Amino acid sequence: MKRFFGFIQKEFRHLFRDYRSLLILLGMPFVQILIFGFAITTEVRNIHVAFVDNSRDVESIRITNKILSSGYFISSGTINDVNSIEAIFRQGKVKLVVVFGNDFAKQLQAGDAIDIQLIADASDANTANLIVNYTQSIVQDYINAPQQSPQLVPEVKMLYNPNLKSVYMFVPGIICLLLMLISAIMTSISITREKEMGTMEVLLASPLKSSQIIIGKVIPYVLVSFTIGVIILAIGYTVFGMPFNSNVVLLLFEFVLFITLALALGILISTVTNSQQVALMVSMFALLLPVILLSGFIFPIENMPAFLQYLSLIMPPRWFIIIIKNIMLKGVSLEYVWKETLILAGMAVFLLTVSTKKLKTRLE
Amino acid sequence: MTAGTSIYAKNLTKKFGNFTAVNTISFEVKKGEIFGFLGANGAGKTTAMRMLTGLLKPTSGEATVCGYNVFTHGEQIKKHIGYMSQRFSLYEDLTVAENIEFYGGIYGLRRNDIKQRSHELYDRIDLGHARNSLISAIPLGWRQKLAFMVSILHQPEIVFLDEPTGGVDPITRRQFWDLIYETANKGITVFVTTHYMDEAEYCGRVSIMTNGIIAAMGHPQELKQQYGVATMNEVFIKIARQ
Repeated sequence: MKRFFGFIQKEFRHLFRDYRSLLILLGMPFVQILIFGFAITTEVRNIHVAFVDNSRDVESIRITNKILSSGYFISSGTINDVNSIEAIFRQGKVKLVVVFGNDFAKQLQAGDAIDIQLIADASDANTANLIVNYTQSIVQDYINAPQQSPQLVPEVKMLYNPNLKSVYMFVPGIICLLLMLISAIMTSISITREKEMGTMEVLLASPLKSSQIIIGKVIPYVLVSFTIGVIILAIGYTVFGMPFNSNVVLLLFEFVLFITLALALGILISTVTNSQQVALMVSMFALLLPVILLSGFIFPIENMPAFLQYLSLIMPPRWFIIIIKNIMLKGVSLEYVWKETLILAGMAVFLLTVSTKKLKTRLE
Repeated sequence: MTAGTSIYAKNLTKKFGNFTAVNTISFEVKKGEIFGFLGANGAGKTTAMRMLTGLLKPTSGEATVCGYNVFTHGEQIKKHIGYMSQRFSLYEDLTVAENIEFYGGIYGLRRNDIKQRSHELYDRIDLGHARNSLISAIPLGWRQKLAFMVSILHQPEIVFLDEPTGGVDPITRRQFWDLIYETANKGITVFVTTHYMDEAEYCGRVSIMTNGIIAAMGHPQELKQQYGVATMNEVFIKIARQ
């Protein structure tokens, strides 16, 4: 046991001696979450909109005002000539032009099909889509409002994220991303470094058991990853007001489970690589892309082609993200996430067995 | 096998698939002896050494190290030997003192023993002034001497040195061999591989491996007479060309 503690002490010395890397590791959550939380947002605001009003009657002006007062749009004034619309889009500032046809008010009162055209700059397709949807619903709203006859107006309620804040989606994703990367990359690098430097041979010729070497290697990174997970939670809670009416113990337990799994992946990577650079590259390509693309972190899994959906089933991040979203946003207990937890635990046990076995045979 | 034997190998063999890296080698090394283990690159030296240090399981044959069977008591062997690898065995991002503390620790030395022995070590190789320097900041020659002293810190019965003087200047090599002699005089068996034939002359006995077998073994003087040449260098070349 004393030998083992000596080994762990050495691992911590490596970690703290390289304080630059440690700072990067601990600073990463701040940077990532601020970027994802503030910069990358799928909401649209302050969109420049121009109007072509051929009617200039009471109704068209009211709709114009309603659009502008929604808070999403800034007026770029009215255009008199329909032919100059294209020129305005080319300048790039205006993203939407609303065109009212002749006799707009009359059409509206008569209940005829009304002449209103929305022209959007679709060089950014997502934004264009969102803008048009917003505007459409504003116009619809206005047209429906004054009529007395009963209308079918569904009452919409967005559960768990009433304001549809995108940061609620990103915090679980970032936790997943960082825990995965740090655990896997750091472990694989720290093991391959011993191989590369030749110190692994000396360790193996010493009375230390190979299981002690493996455990000693991963313990510091369990702590670092865990700290980082807690930091992200804290930022999510304090800066972005993520709800946190959930079971903290369960959440932290899931963290440990996922970290263990990621460490096992790191060990596995270290068995197939002999240099730190290769270990880094493999970790990046084998882990980063699946975490971002196939986990449902950014792109909805339901929209993927069937074979990618099946592929995502074996991606640990997919399950982990479901778990933390459910726990954090819905405040559920283990009762509701036991299936996903069991899947993760199964994967962790499997990877841990395979990787340690493989590493041991490689070492011996 | 007699009482004063520290390494004993008989028909020791290691096969990797169809390739026989070490082919039925047999030898004995006496306690306190400096045994030179020579051979060209790829002759099987490192494989043989890895089997004796418990890093690799032999395919067949028998061998005991410090009286322990390499097939069954690898863990016991590891406690009683020291090992200095061909590549660098100290951690560059740790200080001299931290390296000593670490290696002392994994061999189960007590804190007080580590303290006392590191003082002796600093005095012997004159490194006290650099105890808090990072390994990466001290010259290669000193690192190698330190690595050797660290490998015998726990006072093993045998120390295995795998090309310990690669890339070191002649003066430092001379000092290094002084350390080896002192160690052997304390009764520690020294098992050393080298490419430098002048170093082979310093050994009590040498064996020369080619293609997985031991082609010649004996005192350097005997070997030179046997092959009718003046230096170990010539002996080596004659055997290697056979």
